[in-house]
Amino acid sequence: MSNHLIDLKDLDTEAMRELLHLTDRFVEVCQRPIPKVPALRGRTVALIFFEDSTRTRMSFDLAAKRLSADVLDFPTHTSSLSKGESLQDTVETIRAFGVDALVIRHGSGGLPGDIAEAVGETISVINAGDGLNAHPTQGLLDAYTLCQHFNGAAGTQASLSGLHVGIVGDIKHSRVARTDVAAYSSLGAKITVVAPEALVPDDVSEWPVAVSNDLDAVLPDLDVVGLLRIQKERITDDSLISIDDYIDRYGMTESRADKLRTEVVITHPGPVNRGIEIADAVLDKRPNVLVQQQVTNGVAVRMAVLFRLLGSGIEID
Amino acid sequence: MADRERRMTPPYGGVFVARTTVLDAAQVRRALTRISHEIIERNQGLEDVVLVALQTGGVEIAQLIARMMFEIDDVDVPIGTLDVALYRDDIGLRPVMPEAETDIQIDLGGKIVVLVDDVLFTGRTIRAALDALTDFGRPRAVQLAVVIDRGHRELPIRPDFVGKNLPTRRDEVVDVNLEGVLLGEMRK
Repeated sequence: MSNHLIDLKDLDTEAMRELLHLTDRFVEVCQRPIPKVPALRGRTVALIFFEDSTRTRMSFDLAAKRLSADVLDFPTHTSSLSKGESLQDTVETIRAFGVDALVIRHGSGGLPGDIAEAVGETISVINAGDGLNAHPTQGLLDAYTLCQHFNGAAGTQASLSGLHVGIVGDIKHSRVARTDVAAYSSLGAKITVVAPEALVPDDVSEWPVAVSNDLDAVLPDLDVVGLLRIQKERITDDSLISIDDYIDRYGMTESRADKLRTEVVITHPGPVNRGIEIADAVLDKRPNVLVQQQVTNGVAVRMAVLFRLLGSGIEID
Repeated sequence: MADRERRMTPPYGGVFVARTTVLDAAQVRRALTRISHEIIERNQGLEDVVLVALQTGGVEIAQLIARMMFEIDDVDVPIGTLDVALYRDDIGLRPVMPEAETDIQIDLGGKIVVLVDDVLFTGRTIRAALDALTDFGRPRAVQLAVVIDRGHRELPIRPDFVGKNLPTRRDEVVDVNLEGVLLGEMRK
């Protein structure tokens, strides 16, 4: 279909499984004494992040370097964009350098897709998060992390069927929630989103999920608790509940974690607000908190995406 | 010939049609027995010898050679597997997918690595394998064992142990497994 990765909704289950299985290979590469392969030598990947990002940017940077690609880091704050150059002209300029891929994060939903349409087949566009829309590599790495945890690896037939995944937090303003739902549902998981009523998206009835406002009622049935990062202002302004109330009703406190079966898994896309989404002691001491594993797998997933788009000679379809 | 090689050989999507049987199962077995003896003889035993099988065609060959060497010399030689897709020099020129597992659990530093593959053709796979090996340590020596050497080398690479030299046309396809060696071509 395309040489871009804009939204997991564009991928069918087979295409997603193929990317996850390819990730198995790069997980192995990352564990080697020299975790680097020459696969994308001579290719150039431009990182264009209009929103602050530490881990996603570093993860893409490292993924490209471990494939021996060159990385061009575009400083959006000090660039000619701040001198009034249009985004379109900037993209044209970067293209003229001869780059092979643009990794784009932008606050405005749909923008990476528009750029992909504008550049066509000449270079690959990878969405690294656009507004409230999508964050496909996050969805892939979250799905991969669950496959790896429950099945050892993704394999050729990656599946999350039989698992009940709860996604907890500010669902309404979360591209991670939208993307995780796309990934998990495609792989057959049962999903419940849990949030205060005001933070449930208006169009949630069209999502393949159950909805709850009561974490404690849902918790005993979950195999995976996916916590989302919350923005304090948003919680207090939009949902009209205080941070203390939020912690009380939706936080992974020690007492809540104590009631979970040990094998229940906790994920978080990071960065974590310690003491809000998850208590310090739970994050640091509880087994089956996969936050670090998500970060580790993020590099391998992004290697798989970059290789698939730039190196394999095969289009994602 | 493994599935992947079949899919990556033009015309893409074709099927392999055999024309001649080059070796039957017994002849393949005898050739591998001889190669097993030759590896032991060349290295004066099996100390520090490691087999690294090239994915995917070399794997069952290497496993059988390891079993034969165990019968001959009572030494369990470690086997690793290597998928060289990420080291190929034709990335971008044809479809390449690292679909098979690389599994090398031991440090290759100081070892004698015997690369095992089914067919030696242009030599480009072996070139990629030599590159890949350096990421796992510095072997004392690297040797190459193949069931079939079909010629048409494009690089200065030669095998140390050969089951059979087989003159071929460039557009022919050689299919190797433990049941025999077939010569034929891909047809749409």
